[in-house]
Amino acid sequence: MIELTNIHKTFGKVHALTGVNLKAEAGTIHGIVGENGAGKSTLMKVLTGFIGRSGGEILFQGQKVRLDSPKDALRLGIGMLYQEPLDFPQLSVLDNFMAGRAVFAPVEARTELARLAATFGFTLHPDNRVEELTIGERQQLELLRLIGDGARLLILDEPTTGISKEQQDLLFTALGKLKTDGATILLVSHKLEEIDLLCDTVTVLRHGRVAATRQRPFDRDALLQAMFDSLPEPQAPPEPKRGGIPVLEFEKVTGSGGRSGLQKVSITIRAGEVVGLAGIDGSGQGIFLKIACGLVPPESGRILRFGAPLQGKAKETGRTTVFLPADRLGEGLFPGMTVREHHLLAAPGSALITSATGLTVSRRAIATHSIKGQPETAVEDLSGGNQQRLLLSFIPDGVRLILMENPTRGLDVHSAAWTWRHLHSRLHADGAIVFASPDLEELMSQASRIVVFYNGKIVLDTPTRATDYQRLSRAITGQIDPVGTC
Amino acid sequence: MKTLVSLGHFLYNRTATMILIAALALGAVSLLLLTLGIAPTTIAVAIAHGSIFSWQKFSHVLSLWIPLLLCSCGLLFTFRAGLWNIGVEGQIICGAIAATALLREGSFGLPPALILTLALALSFFGGGLWGSCAGLLKNRGGVNEIFGGLGLNFVAQGLILWLILGPWKRAGIASMSGTDMFVKELWMYTPPGWRVAPAALLLALATFALTAFLLGATRFGLTVKATGNNPLAARLYAIHPERTGLAAMAIGGGLAGLAGGLQAACVYHRLLPPISSGYGYLALLVVMLANYRIAPVPAICLFFACLAAGSIQLPIVLQLDSALSGVIQGACVVSALLVHGLQKRHKGEN
Repeated sequence: MIELTNIHKTFGKVHALTGVNLKAEAGTIHGIVGENGAGKSTLMKVLTGFIGRSGGEILFQGQKVRLDSPKDALRLGIGMLYQEPLDFPQLSVLDNFMAGRAVFAPVEARTELARLAATFGFTLHPDNRVEELTIGERQQLELLRLIGDGARLLILDEPTTGISKEQQDLLFTALGKLKTDGATILLVSHKLEEIDLLCDTVTVLRHGRVAATRQRPFDRDALLQAMFDSLPEPQAPPEPKRGGIPVLEFEKVTGSGGRSGLQKVSITIRAGEVVGLAGIDGSGQGIFLKIACGLVPPESGRILRFGAPLQGKAKETGRTTVFLPADRLGEGLFPGMTVREHHLLAAPGSALITSATGLTVSRRAIATHSIKGQPETAVEDLSGGNQQRLLLSFIPDGVRLILMENPTRGLDVHSAAWTWRHLHSRLHADGAIVFASPDLEELMSQASRIVVFYNGKIVLDTPTRATDYQRLSRAITGQIDPVGTC
Repeated sequence: MKTLVSLGHFLYNRTATMILIAALALGAVSLLLLTLGIAPTTIAVAIAHGSIFSWQKFSHVLSLWIPLLLCSCGLLFTFRAGLWNIGVEGQIICGAIAATALLREGSFGLPPALILTLALALSFFGGGLWGSCAGLLKNRGGVNEIFGGLGLNFVAQGLILWLILGPWKRAGIASMSGTDMFVKELWMYTPPGWRVAPAALLLALATFALTAFLLGATRFGLTVKATGNNPLAARLYAIHPERTGLAAMAIGGGLAGLAGGLQAACVYHRLLPPISSGYGYLALLVVMLANYRIAPVPAICLFFACLAAGSIQLPIVLQLDSALSGVIQGACVVSALLVHGLQKRHKGEN
């Protein structure tokens, strides 16, 4: 049905996909798994014509195909159901169902929509506005639209994220029906239980390559091993320090953001701890950090920082608490402004500014942090690693709480080691570091305590010395029951 | 490939950019005029004749330059803060209303200079208040500043009409020609043969200098720039983007209000329904043409003022509609946006 041979995709010097081979037969469900950045999304974008491939061949129903645009893909019968439905919220269900069709035939479309909905057991009123539907219902509509448009190869990207159990059951039944009808389904997921339940074959991607292809029944441990590199033994994680004074306390905190938000999370982080937050992107760890630093107000619950309630005011973040976001240029720096201007903004100083103000401070920071740039270099012209070094140079002496997302993303081994040494040197004796990282090795080697988030909840809270890669991998993919406060 | 690289370097050169914009605009306007059978040089001579060939005409140009420069200075604050202040027209009107509220009452036996100073301060306050309303609507109500500003323009327009035709109507008649003239002693001094008050000219120059200082040489200016460049990151530097945006809107509105106050006090000596004269929208074009930089603003304002003043000659000398000046202004701005857009795209591709 669909056969990908030696697919390559490069973005500049970065190889996102390297020689990917994948074959999925008609009437089967083929799972695609891998950790963040493994190349799943890129591969799906290539398949749907969103981006062109740099090399390789795609055979669809035995014919070589080019796939230059999503329209090409849909014309051939390849449709994708995105994590966030790509619909028109202000239009009706019927209008959305007809969107993109060459012939405007609302009467026939209404009949077809009703027939398809009945086939799959979906309840969709054609005249309701899509913005009034739940994510699950919007997904159902999108699925019917793709089937109505003649899709025979359906790609589903994390389809059960944000939908109810009932809607999930309906979706699984629908996928079963489609499979029986001879459609091919590619299911992108990080939930191994879904893969177990639905898939006939699974392909594991890692670092843009196929790490494994397995037929059911699946050996979960083997899949996890293939997903998460070689799972090396931890290298002497820092000693857990649990006796310090509370630095950050969350009491039943709920918040929105990311894929799943944060749901009644309670945790206490004490002085001396280095806490690593693990989880698939959007599982709650990112919004946890943003709420902790006061950037995003919680919906409910109580937060104490250094024993005092957090007011959610920007000014409170600065001298005692710093937050270094993962998206350095998007959330941490000001594109179009120079290194010197950033140093001026990061530290209080005189109200008047000349071209010489802050020059000494900036030069010193550049030298101390080995930033490859000048005070007048625009931050967007710095490399990712140097942008991170610049952000680190803003951390004031004696800071008591350092919150970070992906602290060593894009850094080479030496820069990463330097970053960690630097972080520890800046930290106040009574302080704590809390960082989120997709890199299990970094978590195991740097954190004294690891907290795993899944679907907005903490599912594992453990001293690093008391856990291992296997257990973490299982928790990240939701295979551990939720726990309370550690 | 090498050609593309050198084209890239060429685009980044600021002088070359200005030349490219001018050439594009000139080319587009010339093409339009030639299509209509009019020699572009004839138009250029007519506009120059009507704007810079005598002191009286040039001083008229300066009287147009002042409000345009003030409004443009105000927009520099809001654009730097990442806000589109479309409500400048309404802010000019509110400034004029605030100044008129005092000036129409006479001098109270106090020195006219004091009353005029107070009136101009009030106009700054009035415009600033109106600008703040758009800012507050955005911060508190989630109303985009473009829609808030546009809506407030209509409200201000209604307010000025109501005042002119109602409480402030001329004795015995309610006329669209405006309120009664202010007492002569409250007219800002304009020397014989001049069509601009020297004090207004000085005030505009001082405002420009202050704008350049505030935006370029103070921590406040840096904060405004940071907010505009990345409001998400601003909070990490203990900057409150909403408050900074509100301050920028208040200052921007204040400067537009000052323009309105000067129009009432120096140009018309009364309150008129069309007192804003479209300066608010024209100033948007000025700042866009300047690529949101401070230095080119006075020169662009002067060019636009010359076009506006000189185009009055077009119907008289060439039987052409004076709206042609608007076409020229528009062509300049579209050319500038095109060149800057190409630069950005080129930079993004590298």
